Amino acid sequence: MTYVRPTFRHPDLPKNKINFTKKDYEGALSTLCAGCGHDSISGAIAQACFELSVEPHRIAKLSGIGCSSKTPAYFLGNSHGFNSVHGRMPSVATGAYLANRDLVYFGVSGDGDSASIGMGQFVHAIRRNLNMVYVVMNNGCYGLTKGQDSATADNGSKSKAGSTNLFNAIDLVGLGLELGATFVARSFSGDKTQLIPLIKAAISHPGFALIDVISPCVTFNNNVGSTKSYDYVREHIEATSTVDFVPVMEEITASYDDAKEVTLHDGSALHLQKLHQGWNPEDKLSAMNAIQTSKEKGEILTGLIYIEPNTNALHDVLQTTKTPLNTLKEDLLCPGIDALEALNQSLR
Amino acid sequence: MEPTNVHDPEYYHKVVDCQYACPAHTPVPEYIRLIAAEKYTEAYMVNWESNVFPGVLGRTCDRPCEPACRRGRVDEEPVAICRLKRVAADNKGDITHLLPKIPTKGNGKRIALIGAGPASLTVARDLAPLGYEIHVFDEQIKGGGMMRSQIPSFRLPESVLDEEVNNILNLGIHQHFKTYVSSLKSVINDGYDAVFIGTGAPRGRDLTNLPGRAEGGANIHVGIEWLASVAFEHTKSIGKKVIVLGGGNTAMDCCRTSRRLGGEDVKVVVRSPYSEMKASPWEKEDAQHEDIPILDNHVPVSFVSENGKLKGMTFEKVHAVYDEKGKRSLVPTGEPHVFIEADDVLVAIGQENYFPWIERDLGIEFDKWDMPKVDSTTFQSTNPKVFFGGDAALGPKNVITAVAQGHSAAVSIDLYCQGKPLDVRPDPMTNLVSQKMGIHEWSYDSIVANDDRYVVPQAEKKVTLIDRKKEVELGFDKNVGFKEAQRCLNCDVQTVFTENRCIECDACMDICPTDCITFTVNGTEEDLRTRLKAPSLHLDQSLLVSNTLAATGRVMVKDEDVCLHCGLCAERCPTSAWDMQKFFYNTTKAHHGCGSHA
Ligand SMILES: Cc1cc2nc3c(=O)[nH]c(=O)nc-3n(C[C@H](O)[C@H](O)[C@H](O)COP(=O)(O)OP(=O)(O)OC[C@H]3O[C@@H](n4cnc5c(N)ncnc54)[C@H](O)[C@@H]3O)c2cc1C
Ligand SMILES: Cc1ncc(C[n+]2csc(CCOP(=O)(O)OP(=O)(O)O)c2C)c(N)n1
Ligand code: SF4
Ligand code: SF4
Ligand code: SF4
Ligand SMILES: [Mg+2]
Repeated sequence: MTYVRPTFRHPDLPKNKINFTKKDYEGALSTLCAGCGHDSISGAIAQACFELSVEPHRIAKLSGIGCSSKTPAYFLGNSHGFNSVHGRMPSVATGAYLANRDLVYFGVSGDGDSASIGMGQFVHAIRRNLNMVYVVMNNGCYGLTKGQDSATADNGSKSKAGSTNLFNAIDLVGLGLELGATFVARSFSGDKTQLIPLIKAAISHPGFALIDVISPCVTFNNNVGSTKSYDYVREHIEATSTVDFVPVMEEITASYDDAKEVTLHDGSALHLQKLHQGWNPEDKLSAMNAIQTSKEKGEILTGLIYIEPNTNALHDVLQTTKTPLNTLKEDLLCPGIDALEALNQSLR
Repeated sequence: MEPTNVHDPEYYHKVVDCQYACPAHTPVPEYIRLIAAEKYTEAYMVNWESNVFPGVLGRTCDRPCEPACRRGRVDEEPVAICRLKRVAADNKGDITHLLPKIPTKGNGKRIALIGAGPASLTVARDLAPLGYEIHVFDEQIKGGGMMRSQIPSFRLPESVLDEEVNNILNLGIHQHFKTYVSSLKSVINDGYDAVFIGTGAPRGRDLTNLPGRAEGGANIHVGIEWLASVAFEHTKSIGKKVIVLGGGNTAMDCCRTSRRLGGEDVKVVVRSPYSEMKASPWEKEDAQHEDIPILDNHVPVSFVSENGKLKGMTFEKVHAVYDEKGKRSLVPTGEPHVFIEADDVLVAIGQENYFPWIERDLGIEFDKWDMPKVDSTTFQSTNPKVFFGGDAALGPKNVITAVAQGHSAAVSIDLYCQGKPLDVRPDPMTNLVSQKMGIHEWSYDSIVANDDRYVVPQAEKKVTLIDRKKEVELGFDKNVGFKEAQRCLNCDVQTVFTENRCIECDACMDICPTDCITFTVNGTEEDLRTRLKAPSLHLDQSLLVSNTLAATGRVMVKDEDVCLHCGLCAERCPTSAWDMQKFFYNTTKAHHGCGSHA
């Protein structure tokens, strides 16, 4: 066995604002198949957190079951992690988010984990507008259990064994829009220039941010006839625009006619160029229209699809305490007999 | 950028930093792996093939490979390449059966070699197996040149030198020792087919015009003459107080030798600042370890004698000033002169060539410094029959350079004797072989060891300072040798990229621990270097650039600079677009055959 990652790194690795290098955002060496799209997404998440200077201990990674759900072991090794049960990550995320609203939450899931067994949980996480980044590593199959078609496999897509999928695909982006997700994007594991700024924007977004990332399974679903293979995706990919993430305090320099700037809640911005015709990221109808039109054309539309920058996440809706529960002191948690009396009185 | 031409043997050669920096291009990682595998004899022979004197060089080499070693760019210190060579030499088995066989019937050509230093001996070794009749002339009693007369026994035991010199002389070489050549014309007239001049730079510089030089003469010695006289046991003692003038390696050998011959208060006094001394850092350390202070920024003013007996020297204190071009001048500080007592002074301020025995009507042109005009590739002089090499050719350097030039001259002599043009140099021998054995299995040890460089143990001062012949360095034992060998990154195991297999999944780029790999749109080299995944630190390090990739129209760019040759890129590549392939590069040498011998 010679699969060991050396401890040496580039001697002049750049440091971010909090003096960390990318090494501080690495995880264990991946055990996924060589060339799996999921690894590339892991790399993009680590890179985005590094570039945004998020402190690793301020991040929690939550996942279900699947090759995709294994990936949190392979990035952000200094962050919190909870590898839960198949399809149940949204419940764990809900609990964690309610207990501590101050962390950056990454839900990492697969198309099987979210669109089949976990569908019932997934939709409620959206509906409740948890403040989290929800990444679906979408390979159109159950990679971990050897490549059975998943609910996102396209009708007519061929499996490696040669059988054709006879059912229509669930489009997670369309579903997210329909359920009122306030940040919806689609990307491709093989396009980090698009994926990294999207992840950064999703972290900055104060509500539920769904990123459906097409992520080829090299081992079971990268064959000719599959609509989730590297080749097929590259041949059919379209983008709503180019995406640049502009951190707070940095000025946007270039401006073009076909460009748009979306200011995010925390003051950072997304600078979008080469806009798709008729599409406006802040207009849900145009987003739905863009998705449907490109689907009809057989294109895979990627990029930012829809954003509602100022949104009320679950804590705002419920008007819960601003303080994470684990830092509430006894006097607040246990306000005493008088307070209890007053509460009881109010319910009489 | 244009796609890299990896079929040019120099591309991958340059990636093997140590081998590329070695004047003789010794396949360093190859022998280091053999040491790790306890194949000391094989490791020795890989060295012997390239540098002819592994035992000598494993102790004394100037080691230009080490500052070049890749490990030094990612870790604190480079691999102890030189001292690993000694591990091979110390632990090798019998090699007699591995030495070249001399043809019973010669090729009818006679070659004269003047001087029996490393340059000439290399020519002898390369040409004898091809059937040449080799005659070597030297005024010394034995072969080895300055390796014998100058390098002290406490750095290089005589037995080690004898063994390696004899391995060559025993290849049927006609030996003419104790023979000073006073006329090149007479040698040429003896009808040799070619003459090689490897007479070194035998004259030590003196301070002839410094006041007091004549009066103190009996106790003022020219460093290299004095060292030779010690080596040949004509000089057995020195005064208690010794000043050694000079800041090069000769000065270091003079002061350390003085300590062993009775010098108790030995000082090195040098004009330049300490940091600019010519001596290698490790030689300075070794001198200081033997309680020898180094006084820098002291310019000699005069020798001081009383009643015809040397008393010491006075010096002017200076400091270095640099003009805008960086040119240095030593400016007096204005402090009073310093007097330093001395019973003996050793002048070790440089060496020169000396060719009074070469007649000036032989068609050998000399330049204004009275140096022969020598082609730096062929080592031929302006007399086509006469070749130069080593310190005699381009001025004093070191043993490994002498060896390298000897190889080149031997190639030229062989071509010349066959009537072939000398400027068409035969190609080096190269080979590129995949190291893949299976999943997670490579036929080289791809794991990168974290160990710091191991320190070579030394014998105790109280033992070494009383015996001039007691070797100071003890060498690595096998165990430490193994651990040091494991620090080598195997830079000859190349990352070979085949673009038409690449599906651009980014796996290699994501896994690479040192961020060597970038996929991006093509540009000029200058532009590409600004867009790499990690800063491009060394512009002399190559970029490996692929052809345009089919899927996205980008290119793969790999900065070779800090690649650890860990193989993870190849490990993570689903299509084997990356493969780890061992590159073997063997510089052209005459005995590989130039044309007809092949
Ligand atoms: C004090 C000192 C220490 C050194 N230490 C090191 C070291 O640690 N490592 C290192 O790499 N290098 C070292 N060097 C340099 C190294 O010794 C030389 O660069 C190297 O030996 C040059 O080899 P060469 O074959 O050119 O000639 P040389 O080794 O100089 O040999 C020339 C030979 O030619 C003979 N000769 C000269 N003229 C005639 C003539 N007319 N007739 C007959 N014979 C003649 C001489 O007797 C001599 O034997 C040191 C040099 C000195 C002075
Ligand atoms: C409750 C339960 N049911 C079924 C499984 C078997 N199972 C493991 S992973 C998986 C599908 C994973 O697919 P996906 O989420 O797309 O992940 P991928 O491996 O494709 O990344 C299934 C069905 C399980 N582990 N637990
Ligand atoms: S089976 Fe597919 S999804 Fe799972 S690690 Fe391998 S390539 Fe990735
Ligand atoms: S790491 Fe090994 S192969 Fe690489 S330059 Fe250093 S000694 Fe040579
Ligand atoms: S061998 Fe490959 S993965 Fe390892 S350092 Fe070199 S380029 Fe990077
Ligand atoms: Mg899947």
